[in-house]
Amino acid sequence: MFYRESGDFKTSYSADQQTFPIRLDRHVVYGILAFAFLVVPFLINDYWEKSVLLPFLVWAMAALGLNILTGFCGQVSLGTGGFMAVGAYACYKLMVAFPWLNMFIVVILAGLITAMVGVVFGLPSLRIKGFYLAVATLASQFFLVWLFNKVPWFYNYSASGMISAPERTLFGIPVTGAEAPPWMTYLFCLTLVTIFAFIAHNLVRGRIGRSWMAIRDMDIAAEIIGVPPLKAKLSAFAVSSFYIGMSGAMLFALYLGSAEPNDSFGIAKSFLVLFMIIIGGLGSILGSFLGAAFLTLMPVLLKNIMVGWFGWPADLAAHLELLLIGALIMFFLIVEPHGLAQLWRVTKERLRLWPFPH
Amino acid sequence: MAELTQDGRKIGDILLEVKNITLAFGGVKALTNISFDIKEGEIRAIIGPNGAGKSSMLNVISGFYHPQQGEVWFRGQKRGPMRPYEVARQGIARTFQNIALFKGMSTLDNLMTGRITQMHTNILWQALWKGPAEREEIAHREKVERIIDFLGIQAIRKTPVGRLPYGLQKRVELGRALAAEAKLLLLDEPMAGMNLEEKEDMCRFILDVNEEFGTTIALIEHDMGVVMDLSDRVVVLDYGKKLADGTPNEVRNDPAVIEAYLGVGH
Amino acid sequence: MSPELLNVLEVIINGLLAGVMYSLVALGFVLIYKASGIFNYAQGVMALFAALTLVGFQTGQIPFAHVINTIFGTHLETWGPGLPTFFAILLTMGVMVLFAYLVERIVLRHMVNQAPIILFMTTIGLAYFMEGFGDLMWGADIKTMDVGLPSGASTWFETMTAGWATEGSNYPGMYVDMLDVAAAGIAILLVVVLTLFSQYTKTGRALRAVADDHQAALTVGISLRTIWVIVWSIAGFVALVAGIMWGAKSGVQFSLSLIALKALPVLILGGFTSIPGAIVGGLIIGVGEKLFEYSIGGMLGGATENWFAYVLALFFLMFRPQGLFGERIIERV
Repeated sequence: MFYRESGDFKTSYSADQQTFPIRLDRHVVYGILAFAFLVVPFLINDYWEKSVLLPFLVWAMAALGLNILTGFCGQVSLGTGGFMAVGAYACYKLMVAFPWLNMFIVVILAGLITAMVGVVFGLPSLRIKGFYLAVATLASQFFLVWLFNKVPWFYNYSASGMISAPERTLFGIPVTGAEAPPWMTYLFCLTLVTIFAFIAHNLVRGRIGRSWMAIRDMDIAAEIIGVPPLKAKLSAFAVSSFYIGMSGAMLFALYLGSAEPNDSFGIAKSFLVLFMIIIGGLGSILGSFLGAAFLTLMPVLLKNIMVGWFGWPADLAAHLELLLIGALIMFFLIVEPHGLAQLWRVTKERLRLWPFPH
Repeated sequence: MAELTQDGRKIGDILLEVKNITLAFGGVKALTNISFDIKEGEIRAIIGPNGAGKSSMLNVISGFYHPQQGEVWFRGQKRGPMRPYEVARQGIARTFQNIALFKGMSTLDNLMTGRITQMHTNILWQALWKGPAEREEIAHREKVERIIDFLGIQAIRKTPVGRLPYGLQKRVELGRALAAEAKLLLLDEPMAGMNLEEKEDMCRFILDVNEEFGTTIALIEHDMGVVMDLSDRVVVLDYGKKLADGTPNEVRNDPAVIEAYLGVGH
Repeated sequence: MSPELLNVLEVIINGLLAGVMYSLVALGFVLIYKASGIFNYAQGVMALFAALTLVGFQTGQIPFAHVINTIFGTHLETWGPGLPTFFAILLTMGVMVLFAYLVERIVLRHMVNQAPIILFMTTIGLAYFMEGFGDLMWGADIKTMDVGLPSGASTWFETMTAGWATEGSNYPGMYVDMLDVAAAGIAILLVVVLTLFSQYTKTGRALRAVADDHQAALTVGISLRTIWVIVWSIAGFVALVAGIMWGAKSGVQFSLSLIALKALPVLILGGFTSIPGAIVGGLIIGVGEKLFEYSIGGMLGGATENWFAYVLALFFLMFRPQGLFGERIIERV
């Protein structure tokens, strides 16, 4: 009754193919964006920035990237952590080598470098399928982390083996380093994530997205009707790694400030991002955001409730978190393999008819 | 050169010719020394008992199997070793025996994927969407919508094909092959598992495609009534060997074909 | 023999012994994969869980003591001096059977006919769940495992091999850990028993039937559910053995669950469906990574064991996508 599309007629194919075909959706999304860009920066504080908003944005970017590869192109990857490390180290090297370079360009360049690495590690996907490929991507995960640990050039021979982000400014205001104000880092990440979410949507709805989905749904038939598998798979690896590389750069430069390969980019991170897209919804842009929000907010919430209210020790809360995440993954895969995004679609369909049953 | 059929359609030169094709999997010979041709504008049927090598033949034509011996000539040129997608780009489209639709995509997207060989905007324009990418998308959408009208599947345009019943899926798959606007259309048992009414519809579509767009069609089918009515020429395979080749009437009266496939007592 | 050659030989022997341990973990994967088509990522965590449970019974820990203490403010620790090793092992086996039953009941039953990759991701979820559950139940501190296996260097082997060296080269002899030798012996025994079981018992035949074709097995009256419980129980026993070996070697702690990651390349190399493949694959990887580390690893900064197995498996896959002993994949339309 409140949510409906009747009367919302389309008179051209271009109107039918727009990003949010339903008028109410359009208004809600623009409303949320306006709130995020115009209101939140005035309310934000250190706590919200560091424990909620930045991690959400960073992981949403990573989830977008993995969803392109896994959700849309059907190639399961467990190398996300390794590719994030490539983005982070590329970002670090660029920041140090070209201090005058605009941070937006640094992050995007870091993404491009990761895309190239991603293509190299995507080459086996031409011969290997399914979980053979998933296991093969673990090779990139372990190899890359080892590489950044063992080759001092990557961390500029620093004694601790860690990299830390030097201060860089944007329009005269620091955006990285300890002095950066929360609203600045937040707006920086928000801008990038918003732009690239729209780009992801554009890619997915056009020729390239269809070639990815065709490979995902039935690779042999796709090739026979004219989808070149080499191009489709490698472009998915490239675009996906591009996003993941940018998220790695953001994680390191804006969120953590310093990073070390084992802790920041270990295999646990690969699984985390995979879980985000499973819970959020494979093959859904919205799902990437929902999944990232769910898995960044849930631990914060659990910790606040159990440690903050009940006064339980933190290790107990951490164990319970593992248990809950595992249970949720199984729950979603059993009950709703298409994740939160599908739940939302079903709710929308119900809402359209509400309060009438049919 | 052009000859006319009884109903006045034009049959042109040879469009595709296979010469002495031999295909083996390990020690098993799927096809032995097969040669035949397909002329422009005709409906060519390939028949034979199960396991005769009909689908293997189509797979050879669409480049999925590479025969150990023999040549494929397309539009007057010998075809080198090619990947299936390159064959598709040359203008050969096909459907599959067991429906091979993209289950996670809508009917519209499936048909649009059929046109993928003809879409070319690069990834940067795609990312931007506004401009060339959108223009190209709409131009192709218009063509696809014509096929949707032709097949009468407007109502399921946005439905994920995984949810459609079998008969409709077959129709969508035909639509996807049509969307490619190919020179040669290969149909692998387009009527398998259909009821009488659906079969009649499908026959109508095949004839219309052939007449309206002049598309050359090669089809595999088990329903002899359909084959004899639709096709201009029939090639019969048995155990990977060619038994007969000719007009439906010639084939029907060929003693070897009756022995191996048709049987007596009709 | 020259000391250099003996050093290489020592590396190979230790590689073989390590390889046997990898094979042992890989074996658990193969069993479950053959019977249910599930690639069970949780196999490593199962080993951890089994080892935690065994130590818990041995030392008489009260399960969930930490949780109970936190909620009720009590100070529970143990209920007594603990069980003798033999009974503790039996009881742990019981727990693993119960676990197998619950997994079938709660998870697998709902996952019939799902794509393999979905099943794989489900087991990753299962691994997370069990890790959290095991920690809550027995605590996350590092525990020592003692089930009376021999350990330490074998002096007999050391003196024997020292005699092989050329005169006057001061070669000290080879170092071989008794525990590794014992583990290898037990692993070989386990493989023999499992092979006999699957070849010569009725249940074994049913298992092989299910591995071949679920539908066909159902039609001749084999209960898939019972088979799955049996298979997961056997995989639980294998996990227990692996947990004991690895636990005795380096303590029962979280890193134990990472042996699953060691077993994955073994499986790729050997093929998911072949028990001999798992063994040969394990040996190749064990020897390969030790030799690589010994010869080239030093130049690259060491710790190449972290990725060598994966890169080896990856190269291997490029040429033989079905693994060493796997069945050949024929693509069809």
